Amino acid sequence: MGACKVRWGINRMNYLVPAGLYAVGEPTAESPVVVTANYKMSYDLVRSALAGRDVWLLVLETFGINVWCAAGKGTFGTEEVVNRVTRSGLAAVVSHRRLILPLLGAPGVAAHEVQRRTGFTVAYGCARAGDLPAYLDNGQSSTEAMRRLRFNWYDRLVLIPVEIMLVVKSLTLIGAAVYLAAALMVGDAAALTPLLAYLGAVFTGIALAPLLLPLLPTRSFAVKGAVAGLAYCALLYGLAGGAHWSWTATLAAFLALPAISSFYMLNFTGCTTYTSRSGVKKEMRVAIPAMGVAVLAAMVLIVAGRFL
Amino acid sequence: MRGFRYLAGVTTLELAGELCIGCGRCLEVCPHAVFARDGKRVRLADRDACMECGACAVNCPVGALRVDAGVGCATGLINEWCRERKIPGFGGGGSCG
Repeated sequence: MGACKVRWGINRMNYLVPAGLYAVGEPTAESPVVVTANYKMSYDLVRSALAGRDVWLLVLETFGINVWCAAGKGTFGTEEVVNRVTRSGLAAVVSHRRLILPLLGAPGVAAHEVQRRTGFTVAYGCARAGDLPAYLDNGQSSTEAMRRLRFNWYDRLVLIPVEIMLVVKSLTLIGAAVYLAAALMVGDAAALTPLLAYLGAVFTGIALAPLLLPLLPTRSFAVKGAVAGLAYCALLYGLAGGAHWSWTATLAAFLALPAISSFYMLNFTGCTTYTSRSGVKKEMRVAIPAMGVAVLAAMVLIVAGRFL
Repeated sequence: MRGFRYLAGVTTLELAGELCIGCGRCLEVCPHAVFARDGKRVRLADRDACMECGACAVNCPVGALRVDAGVGCATGLINEWCRERKIPGFGGGGSCG
């Protein structure tokens, strides 16, 4: 229930547990130490994966951010690992000197630094909390499969609600502007079509294109988004009586809607498990000006259409 | 990663092979099997699979790896671009970046 709310962005920035050392089951001095973030969803996933076992759980202060994003920011980092090991008095609690960190925490933590400063060696376990039991049963060593990231349709599906909630504000503002402009030009009743067309293009880029990710052509997210947007626009043309649109409005729709879908799909690169920053930069250098030109041309066409 | 490939020839990942001591940390932390063992050292087996997370560079004890790691979504990059140029209204924050 809590996790479901958080996926919709409800109280998401305040979903955390206090940092510190926790016991799962009845751990002893020999029990393994698993490290995680204090985002409650991360903590709950790890704890439920470890249910029925005796394990120490060292929760870092990541201010309610998940392991991967916190590692990128540096809060799931060397300093915090060293700090939390010291402050929890871990060295007196366990007899061994080994920490098991999530693989996705590795971008923030320098294992050799942690060892130098605390005496604890760092082992990077698995990418997914669900593999922790298998990792522990495998003599605390990960298999190739445990270290690989996957990104199936369900992994993508759960990301979509929060992506939608994050754009609600800009969506409301731009949507209102689109509706007002259209209402001034063609009247209240007809202004609904452009508003719905806009919202549909955003939804295509934010939800449909990410779900259809492997089915859309090329590796470029901007192109994938534009193709999805084109398909959406063609559908709209067919269903919303496109034959009665003026040629300027039709052209404007086919320019602006794919550009909008393309932008939101390109933004989804922030959620994927395989795109790189340099690749997104490369796409943006071409795609952002192209989107700008397309939207601007569409606006000019719409205005010009009034006088033709 | 199986099934998904991003743009080729864009990653900033660099390996200074002569510094490598073959500890294997990069093999352990890379989520996309970019590295492979090559005798006593490591080599880049699948450079284009790199997602620039930076885990290998941070965890390399001899500094043999370099990569420009950071935010990878369009909004994040636009915000970063605006921040660098001191355009007001882009102070950061949010859950990503």
